[in-house]
Amino acid sequence: MNFIYPEYELVRNAERCTKCGICVKQCPNGVHTLTADTASGAKNLAADDSKCVNCQRCVVYCPARALKIVKSGNTYRENTYWIQKTVNEIYLQAEHGGVLLSSMGNPEPYPVYFDKILVNASQVTNPPIDPLREPMETKVFLGGKPKAVERDASGQIVNNTKPQIELSMPMMFSAMSYGSISLTAHECLARAAAELGVMYNAGEGGLHESLYKYGRNTIVQVASGRFGVHPDYLNCGAAIEIKMGQGAKPGIGGHLPGSKIGADISRTRMIPEGSDAISPAPHHDIYSIEDLRQLVFSLKEATDYQKPVIVKIAAVHNVAAIASGIARSGADIIAIDGFRGGTGAAPTRIRDHVGIPIELALASVDQRLREEGIRDDVSLVVGGGIRSSADVVKAIALGADCVYIGTAALLALGCHLCRSCHTGRCAWGIATQDPELVKRLNPNTGYKRLVNLMHAWQHEIQEMMGGMGINAIESLRGNRLMLRGIGLNTKELEILGIKHAGE
Amino acid sequence: MLREGQIRIPSGCAIAGIIDRSGRRFSGEAITRSIAAMRDRSNGLGGGFAAYGIYPHYRDYYALHIFYDHHGAKANCEQFLKQHFEIVDQDRIPTKAVKAVNDPPLIWRYFVDPIPARLARSGLDPREYVVRTVLTVNRQIDGAYVFSSGKNMGIFKGVGYPEDIARFYRLEEYEGYCFTAHGRYPTNTPGWWGGAHPFGLLEYSVVHNGEISSYDTNRRTIEMYGYWCTLQTDTEVITYIIDHLHRGKGLMFEEIAAVVAPPFWQAIEQMSPEKRAFYKYLRNTFASLLVNGPFSIIVGFAGGLLALNDRLKLRSMVVGEKGDVTYFASEEAAIRVIAPDLDRIWAPKGGEPVIVMQGGGTVQ
Amino acid sequence: MRITAENLDSIQLNRRIRNASGAVLIDRCFGQRYIGSGFKDKKITIYGTPGNALGSYLDGASIIVYGNGQDMIGDTMNGGEIIIHGNAGDGLGYAMRGGRIFVRGSAGCRAGIHMKQYQDQKPVIVIGGGTGSFLGEYMAGGMIVVLGIGIEAVPVGDFTGTGMHGGCIYIRTSRELTNLPDQVRAEIASWEDKQAILPLLSRFGEYFGLDGRKLAEDRYYLLRPNTDRPYAQLYTKN
Repeated sequence: MNFIYPEYELVRNAERCTKCGICVKQCPNGVHTLTADTASGAKNLAADDSKCVNCQRCVVYCPARALKIVKSGNTYRENTYWIQKTVNEIYLQAEHGGVLLSSMGNPEPYPVYFDKILVNASQVTNPPIDPLREPMETKVFLGGKPKAVERDASGQIVNNTKPQIELSMPMMFSAMSYGSISLTAHECLARAAAELGVMYNAGEGGLHESLYKYGRNTIVQVASGRFGVHPDYLNCGAAIEIKMGQGAKPGIGGHLPGSKIGADISRTRMIPEGSDAISPAPHHDIYSIEDLRQLVFSLKEATDYQKPVIVKIAAVHNVAAIASGIARSGADIIAIDGFRGGTGAAPTRIRDHVGIPIELALASVDQRLREEGIRDDVSLVVGGGIRSSADVVKAIALGADCVYIGTAALLALGCHLCRSCHTGRCAWGIATQDPELVKRLNPNTGYKRLVNLMHAWQHEIQEMMGGMGINAIESLRGNRLMLRGIGLNTKELEILGIKHAGE
Repeated sequence: MLREGQIRIPSGCAIAGIIDRSGRRFSGEAITRSIAAMRDRSNGLGGGFAAYGIYPHYRDYYALHIFYDHHGAKANCEQFLKQHFEIVDQDRIPTKAVKAVNDPPLIWRYFVDPIPARLARSGLDPREYVVRTVLTVNRQIDGAYVFSSGKNMGIFKGVGYPEDIARFYRLEEYEGYCFTAHGRYPTNTPGWWGGAHPFGLLEYSVVHNGEISSYDTNRRTIEMYGYWCTLQTDTEVITYIIDHLHRGKGLMFEEIAAVVAPPFWQAIEQMSPEKRAFYKYLRNTFASLLVNGPFSIIVGFAGGLLALNDRLKLRSMVVGEKGDVTYFASEEAAIRVIAPDLDRIWAPKGGEPVIVMQGGGTVQ
Repeated sequence: MRITAENLDSIQLNRRIRNASGAVLIDRCFGQRYIGSGFKDKKITIYGTPGNALGSYLDGASIIVYGNGQDMIGDTMNGGEIIIHGNAGDGLGYAMRGGRIFVRGSAGCRAGIHMKQYQDQKPVIVIGGGTGSFLGEYMAGGMIVVLGIGIEAVPVGDFTGTGMHGGCIYIRTSRELTNLPDQVRAEIASWEDKQAILPLLSRFGEYFGLDGRKLAEDRYYLLRPNTDRPYAQLYTKN
């Protein structure tokens, strides 16, 4: 007995519809059917709402704009505690007995601290700067800085800096594995990163051989499953990221079912076709902080100390203490993923109830590292629901060196947040391995859209910096006096380390 | 009304400096006339001077100048000083009543040296020892504020126009080989003498014109290295940055200028490989100490002066030379009024330091 | 009438100048500000170092300085003439709309920002030496001439003409001009182009005892706004 009425309904405007049948071809889930009356030849289009995931593909591709998707409006008796969604989730579990599985980031209405933080502008006492006509620098270097200045025999300063990541702007593409997204999507990210002068992260699924040529703009990841990890892989990228956790599912691992492990993925991950790809929850060689140090140094040895090492963690309650430990482990960069971080698939309850907002995690980590005098030993990269250039500016002012963008990058490629990635039937060719769907993403237009997005954000960041009278991004980093809170309580202001608007 | 340190008070200003490179000492009269010529830039809510070479008889001792809000603070502070220093001499800094200068605090000076046994136990070098004691007094002894702590130099400052402050402190009776001056235009009423400028630590003194946009970035970084920004002023954080880079990291003043006011990346990209590597190293290693926003500073140190403008040169600064004497001021008129004939006069470019050393020339 | 400025503050000095009939000569000037502000007529000669905002909003009067000037000379000038037998500071001729400024020596940063012309008012700045950065930023009209006399290197600084959208800048130099902002188009001035500055060079020569005709013979760059607008794609309607 299926208790659940479809949440969304397809509305077809009969006057506009020309019965061309494009919607039938575009829908990956068989929602539309086109039948022809055998006698009269008249065509008829029908829609099965129960199959609709609201991917918006048919809506966008209908040449007559005859389609729209609305909430079906089937309403249970109103109950602000037992809301419809809650009730339906129980029905699902009673029906199937399984752990609820979701895709993309936490959609629940927790407070969004970015939206309660306001940015400053300079007036009178010091001048704002015009970024269109005066230099406005967004170049960033990630990596630990030298503790002491060393000189050679003639007194010249010697370059004793460890290897760094050099970025043209403080934004990188976040880790998304080949397996969770298509190879074409990976190619778009790689090409965009190369053109922009930033990095993309190959994720935990290894690196496809066709993408090695973008190695200078690639961060290769070493996750608990160690898929596709071998010395050439490690040496190919610009940096190595040890994935300890991610914001969408702190404390648990991942599972790509065998059905998705086709030939190409099998070769890239170096596991047999059809076998499951399981990433364990912990790295089974890291059970304590000193073990992390061991892994960091083993990777550095394997790459002759040429690559900066990033440690990526999910934002959890003791994130500041963890970060302090990581900073002392030899890692060069700490990446923190907040609870809004996206995923191809995660248990719903973990995604929605575990982890903390990135704004609070960032503020407390940055402050803790400064209190311990070690902030300059590492760079901080934060991610987990960065939605706009305003979020980026606020994150940097709170203390981040750089941000990771995941969901926003997929949106640029055409994602419509239908959150059905876990079905493998992404209508936009992004979170799928189905060859028919994969070819829907055009790498030549896709990568351009990513470049457009980042250029637009970079210009907006420059406008905001100029407004604050700052012409080099390093002067914004940790500059908490440029922020004020609005509608925040004393404790929230204290953790964020900012004053309230009006103060 | 919150006072300096409890609240951040932005201000505009006038600055000036005079140094005789031969080491010949001259009276504080000249610097007073120079800063007075720029009265339009101040609003009477702050003025001050740094003078070098003024205590030749006590040249080997640290001259601590201290403000006390009340006698209790003096007693507490002196007890603390006796625990840490041998006090060779002390007196009330001589002053003269001036109508425009009101409500001065108690102002005392002490010529001190670290107690050898205590210094040895601390494991610090004497200068670090002095810095830490001074920062401790300022942070922890209520009502006491050490505003000058160098050898053979002293800062004289308060709330009032600089020329009035000069008369109050009888600056004309001092003879030094180098003087800097500051006139302030704050956007709030500080009322507290400790907040006036220059700011000093050991022999480093800074007078500054402008308001920096990178203040909190700079502060939160420099405080990692043992400094406490109790005043929340730009001048304080800039002084700590210079002390840290010069005394702490061993950078030369040209290198400090490249940290604090570096060229733009587009200019660096056009330079030779050696220069590119040099600027890239300094900008990356000390990224958080880049001082952004408009500033022009004159930094006094033992044996010399450094003048520097921000990388866009948003504030004015003029340098003049006549014989052995180098003059600095926010306006040319302030130099002409005391030295009408000059061998040369120029405005340094943004980010290019002018460094004057005793016995040397003017390096630019 | 002769006024000794020493011991007078800016307001006192300016009141005396205003009240004086006929031409005024000021000596021992040390930083007094706003001299000649808004004056429609009068001839003011200054010996010394006039303070900031000399001749701001000048509306027809003429000012001659024997000495160096400071910052913001001719700020929002509408008409008249300022002649400096020395250097000028920063912000020379900001938002000038008319009149002429001649400087024998060099000017600092940000000279000629947002100069503009309107109907028959066309402002002009001629600088004998060099300039600092941001010369002619946002220029909307008028003319700037930089002669670089006695200067071996390029006589203008970085970001010359950034945001230029009107007017023109002539730069006399045998060096190559590189790294100009996208908004600026630079060409070598032809003989026809130079006709526009010949009268100015003559006048410059008269004031400062130099041969204007000879100055005209050298090579000049002519900077004008770039007509291909690189800003087109900047904004997306929201």
